[in-house]
Amino acid sequence: MLSSLIRWLDERLDLEGLIAPFKHKTVPTHRFSYWYFFGGVTLFLFIIQVLTGILLLLYYRPGANEAYESVQYIMTRVQFGWLIRSIHAWAANLMIFTAFVHMFSVLFLKAYRKPRELTWVTGMLLLFLVMGFGFSGYLLPWNTLAFFATKVGTEMAGQVPFVGKAMMIFLRGGPEVTGATLTRFFGFHVAVLPGLVTVLIAMHLFFVQRQGMSVPPKIEAEWIANPSARREMKFFPNFALREMMAWYVAMGVLGALAAFFPWNLSTKADPFISAPAGIKPEWYFLFMFQTLKLIPSKVWFVDGEVLGILGCSLVGLLWMLLPFFENDKAGRSKAWITGLSIFALVYVVGMSVYGYLAQ
Amino acid sequence: MAILHNKYRRFTAARAAALAGLLALAACLGYGQAVNSCLDCHSAEPGRLEVTPEKFSQDIHAQKGLTCVSCHGGDDSSYDPDQAMSRKAGWKGKIDRKQIPQLCGSCHSNPAYMRTYNPSLRTDQLDQYHTSMHGKRLAAGDTKVAVCTDCHSVHDLRAPSDLRSTVNPVNVAQTCSRCHSDAAYMKPYGIPTDQFAQYSTSVHHDAMAVRGDLSAPTCTTCHGNHGATPPGVDKVQNVCANCHAFQAQMYGKSSHFKAFQDKGLPGCVVCHSNHAIHMPSDAMLGTGPSGVCMKCHTPGDHCDKARADILSNLTQLDGAIKQADQSLKLAESSGMEVSEARLSQDQAVDSLTKARVTIHTFQPTLVNEDIQAGMKIASANQKAGQDAMVERNHRRIGLGICLIAIGLMLVGLWLYIKKLES
Repeated sequence: MLSSLIRWLDERLDLEGLIAPFKHKTVPTHRFSYWYFFGGVTLFLFIIQVLTGILLLLYYRPGANEAYESVQYIMTRVQFGWLIRSIHAWAANLMIFTAFVHMFSVLFLKAYRKPRELTWVTGMLLLFLVMGFGFSGYLLPWNTLAFFATKVGTEMAGQVPFVGKAMMIFLRGGPEVTGATLTRFFGFHVAVLPGLVTVLIAMHLFFVQRQGMSVPPKIEAEWIANPSARREMKFFPNFALREMMAWYVAMGVLGALAAFFPWNLSTKADPFISAPAGIKPEWYFLFMFQTLKLIPSKVWFVDGEVLGILGCSLVGLLWMLLPFFENDKAGRSKAWITGLSIFALVYVVGMSVYGYLAQ
Repeated sequence: MAILHNKYRRFTAARAAALAGLLALAACLGYGQAVNSCLDCHSAEPGRLEVTPEKFSQDIHAQKGLTCVSCHGGDDSSYDPDQAMSRKAGWKGKIDRKQIPQLCGSCHSNPAYMRTYNPSLRTDQLDQYHTSMHGKRLAAGDTKVAVCTDCHSVHDLRAPSDLRSTVNPVNVAQTCSRCHSDAAYMKPYGIPTDQFAQYSTSVHHDAMAVRGDLSAPTCTTCHGNHGATPPGVDKVQNVCANCHAFQAQMYGKSSHFKAFQDKGLPGCVVCHSNHAIHMPSDAMLGTGPSGVCMKCHTPGDHCDKARADILSNLTQLDGAIKQADQSLKLAESSGMEVSEARLSQDQAVDSLTKARVTIHTFQPTLVNEDIQAGMKIASANQKAGQDAMVERNHRRIGLGICLIAIGLMLVGLWLYIKKLES
């Protein structure tokens, strides 16, 4: 029955021709191959986000008077609502984590080099958008922590010279964080960001498909020296089955996190109370938050916070353009990028831990 | 007054001239400032005669534009002591204690005058004072009793709303205790002097001094301020009822109300004391050292049984609430969502509070109604916590099954890959 249906479709759509490139596609096999899986796991987590997000949409109501209650309803009354919400929240965090791991693995394996500059740029844009997903989604349950985190976060955006104030009002939908901000963030979270991310993922995957997997220069050199050492596996089914295993592992981790640590709802946001003491952003913003905290209030004549925000933005932009700073010549330029990557990793991890432990 | 007058009389002409010269110079340097010869001299006087401009500037009267002359008369524009303190100029000298209430009342009992400064200020203080124990004794010639300046201070008299005022709610008890805790001073009156010590241990003092609740009662709340007098044995519940309205309402309808009246017992005070009112507890219904019922009732009588019944029910509800609380805490610590049950825990606590208020009816059936309402909520909450834990276990079993399935799938995939690649 199924085979006759496939045959019927193949006669009309040339399915064989469509999947032919995948049949011929190969993946290099070497001692760092397992890092290739993180991109796929990030994609899997994004798919989970889309599916659980759609299910949450069936019950979630955006609005200052309804959002919290609707999430509470999902958690307590809807069959498996707790599971869907907990998986959505955990998968979001895991997706950002695997996106960071993927970014650093690409960096250390030097997969960003020519001709893959655009793959890197789209990947970085995806990382920023994924963080935007985290920031906008965090507010949606309309609980106390989310409310004040959004207040602080949007205030920081307001510090940007010239356009900051307008940007803050645009993000908040007014001068303060209110129900209008919630509606707006909901719009970003379920319409604007998914649209942009889908286009960028399509581009990112298209580039990967066109250019194939990058081989680290060291391995490449070994293979040139000893061509018989070159190893490859078929993308389909060999690599795809391995990727499937990674997805299953991710699913198991997600299920365990959701069952053992259901995502907390906390108390409903009250704009009239003072911010809880020692309020901190989500872990993926901690390194930036801690950096801003450590900058003095005035650096020469410039406001410290403004300097920090401009600095972070500039570093983010330069990071996105990193492949364009590396030329083909071996030697110093490559070494400094590797050094910078190690420093960035140590800085991000160190500052996140410091921010988590700091009072 | 005469002593003061004579003292200035002893000034030599030379000293007077020198002083006048100095003051004239000071007056020239301070050109444009109001002249107040009283303060210029009294700021240099020793002891009780000393009134510095700094001190007087703190006084609400000075701030409203009144001067020394307003109360003491005389001529504060003259640096000649004879002229400044001349009887012709209306100088009254030191105000006699007996005259103080009348003098203060000359303005403060004048609604038309007081309206020009503070339209909301009452003007019946003097009338009230006359009805007070202090006022009555003063009229009878006892000058040891408190007059206006004893409580409100003098020359640096601040508005009661000022935290530094001696009559600000937070300072009132301390102010009263200056006389009422002085055993030697109070000896002739034969009244206790431990009120402040007792009040300091009370729940009311705790609310006022520790929690900063300015609505908490202090001496004047129960005794009155200008009309200060003991409330009276048969009327004490009316005083307590000002704040504890429900308790008073229930007590008023109870069998104790008439029984206490017949025996001349002071209502609320019988069980709760007067100045040393401590946080009431269920132990007051017990037979231990905190118990109050058995001080009057006989063990085994009808009332003792009612007491034991009420206490047992209260303890039961208190225990049920605590158990529900523990059950919910356990569920919360497992990450389960039990906020609705947590919210209704407040209702169970409210029922317990209501039951503790209903005790003042001394009718076990009425108390039991509140207890049962609370028990129902607490039991439901405890069940919610237990259900959440059962649900948590189901989730973990479900997870275990899923993980086994995922594990089998991984093994199957791995074996398939191996087969493919072999």
